[in-house]
Amino acid sequence: MTETAYNFAYLDEQTKRMIRRAILKGVAIPGYQVPFASREMPMPYGWGTGGVQVTAACLTPADTLKVIDQGADDTTNAVSIRKFFQRTAQVAVTEHTAEASVIQTRHRIPEAPLTEGQILVYQVPIPEPLRFLEPRETETRKMHALEEYGLMHVKLYEDIAHNGEISTAYAYPVKVEGRYVMDPSPIPKFDNPRLESAAIQLFGAGREQRIYAIPPYTQVVSLDFEDYPFEASKADHPCDLCGCGTSYLDEVIVDDDGGRMFVCSDTDFCATRRAEGHRGRLAGEDLAEELA
Amino acid sequence: MTPLLQVKGVTKRYGARLGCGDVSFDLWPGEVMGIVGESGSGKSTLLSCLAGHLAPDEGQVIFDTRAEGPQDVLTMSEPARRMLGRTDWAFVHQNPRDGLRMGVSAGANVGERLMAVGARHYGQIREQAVDWLGRVEIAPDRVDDRPRAFSGGMQQRLQIARNLVTGPRLVFMDEPTGGLDVSVQARLLDLLRGLVREMGLSAIIVTHDLAVVRLLADRLMVMKGGRVVETGLTDQVLDDPQHGYTQLLVSSVLQV
Amino acid sequence: MIELSGVSKSFVLHNQGGAVIPVMAGAALSVAPGECVALVGNSGAGKSTLMRMIYGNYLAGAGSIRVGEVDVARAAPRDILTMRREVLGYVSQFLRVVPRVPTLDVVAEPVLAAGGTQEAAQARAKELLARLNVPERLWPLSPTTFSGGEQQRVNIARGFAHLFPAMLLDEPTASLDATNRGVVLELILEAKARGAAIVGIFHDAEARARVCDREVDVSAFTPERVA
Repeated sequence: MTETAYNFAYLDEQTKRMIRRAILKGVAIPGYQVPFASREMPMPYGWGTGGVQVTAACLTPADTLKVIDQGADDTTNAVSIRKFFQRTAQVAVTEHTAEASVIQTRHRIPEAPLTEGQILVYQVPIPEPLRFLEPRETETRKMHALEEYGLMHVKLYEDIAHNGEISTAYAYPVKVEGRYVMDPSPIPKFDNPRLESAAIQLFGAGREQRIYAIPPYTQVVSLDFEDYPFEASKADHPCDLCGCGTSYLDEVIVDDDGGRMFVCSDTDFCATRRAEGHRGRLAGEDLAEELA
Repeated sequence: MTPLLQVKGVTKRYGARLGCGDVSFDLWPGEVMGIVGESGSGKSTLLSCLAGHLAPDEGQVIFDTRAEGPQDVLTMSEPARRMLGRTDWAFVHQNPRDGLRMGVSAGANVGERLMAVGARHYGQIREQAVDWLGRVEIAPDRVDDRPRAFSGGMQQRLQIARNLVTGPRLVFMDEPTGGLDVSVQARLLDLLRGLVREMGLSAIIVTHDLAVVRLLADRLMVMKGGRVVETGLTDQVLDDPQHGYTQLLVSSVLQV
Repeated sequence: MIELSGVSKSFVLHNQGGAVIPVMAGAALSVAPGECVALVGNSGAGKSTLMRMIYGNYLAGAGSIRVGEVDVARAAPRDILTMRREVLGYVSQFLRVVPRVPTLDVVAEPVLAAGGTQEAAQARAKELLARLNVPERLWPLSPTTFSGGEQQRVNIARGFAHLFPAMLLDEPTASLDATNRGVVLELILEAKARGAAIVGIFHDAEARARVCDREVDVSAFTPERVA
């Protein structure tokens, strides 16, 4: 089959309209999970079928797409989704955050601040933040409707009781615009402060058939206790490649002796800094060359 | 003084079968009422209707709310009714598994109602949880254990602590001592009696155990086939039963 | 303080062919504050039945039973409960308590129920238990395991803990030794002296003579047996 046999961005127009309606409703009610008729996509659940459908509904031929997985542009998931849209929508692609008009992401928010006009699409595995403690969908819907969110703090209480601190490190629950409690997808809690953004943020859960959104400049507050305030923590190191002390890091084991290095999880951010001449601890070595 | 709860003509049908029919009574502050009857007598249906778990076909359940005085619970908005369920009302299930979150610690179980009404200070929530565990005779070092690791009697006491932590005024209990060893039952009854008096609680206790109501209830309602056949002071109903069914019930109890 | 008139009572045994057993008719009784009246009559004449009706434990068929302000024959359950907490005490022959509750708390409970402070209740309980010669080492234990005589003394201490303006005593001196019997009679005389109206059943003629002002023979209220 040739590329031209597909409709633009794979999905048919009626489906994209249906998804856009869900997106608009989501934007109108920040943090509210809008049900939508998720389609079977040519990839398994868990690979970002929700995000892909949202991206497909947003893309226009003039868009420039960036896809990241855990911050990296070059991982399997990111590469295949990028190729998917190159093939089915013939859109331009980029690895540079600033050049992208639509960014689909799994598990990270880019380090570089997003700007007005950009759309950040999240892949979401489990959209329901209350699911951990309340398995009944009928009950969690009612809890959202009636703003009964005490249960969310039960989870945080358990964290502190068992670990001495709020140990939830990713998918850290937030309250959006003082109303809906929302799961920000499995981004590290380090990224939570950047949920308050100039960009439109859209969340798609394919298997769970939910879309939700944070419009630009929406208030997003991470839940916490008065005596255990929220902390956007990260590994206490600078990046070994670009020397950045404020970016979110991945830990990489480099040999069989337990040797390790810390590198920015956002590959574009790290590469841009190195191009600007920033250097980290291991940046001059062959190993770093190989990794980069 | 106003009754805490006024029940008027509550009727629930399951198709052609009567769950409970035309039940009316007043419950006053500080009063404990027992509802007895055999299985299928409608006592649990009635309790579910009163507690808002089941919508009766007819009748009124008027609760004297703190803020707005007497309100019909059945026509109240759902948020208001659920709020009542987290604050002024408590429900103790026969099986503690139905009333506890088995996946979280004892402390979180007790703290949940506090967090549900807005408590956001971990230290204070935990302090109150430990205090309540003490009041139901659970050692403070068990605060971080999950209820799965507790015995049946401890689970039931934990359920009671979880329910009473917000200082409710009305407690519904469905066979609170059912399924427990006799020695554990006695301890629980003693505990409940003390808490009822200390906190000035009103309670409605459904049970088939006449010994339980004799010790806990001021008043008794006897049900059969969905109807109330006799009401009165607990000891009067048990010692001088007027209705044939009650006489049968009382004379059927094994003496020890 | 206690006024009965035209009180009658029958038991209907629904499960035995609806047999009707009249046990009392036209009972009348009047007890003034500070007075102690003994109910007498043969066994089965209805002494205990009458007492239970005054306490609201048995339902009166007809007539009025006034205790203070309350007509027990007609009052709502909660008014009878208030009366039992504040006005009318009852010392039965048997101790009925929640297992596991310490003796001291069992005795203190009526004071608390009537609105007394924890300190006052505990102090009163200790005083009475000491007077009735219940060994102090037993106070923290539940009375359920005590001997008959000890249980009866705990029962009496409990009955006298709150200063009721009216009291019903069902054989308060039964199964007691001479010393404790003396203590109980003293307690009764003290209650009379502070103005309590007392109705009692005393099989012990000597005790009756010492504390009672007059006797009422309940045989007079026994209806013609029609069963």
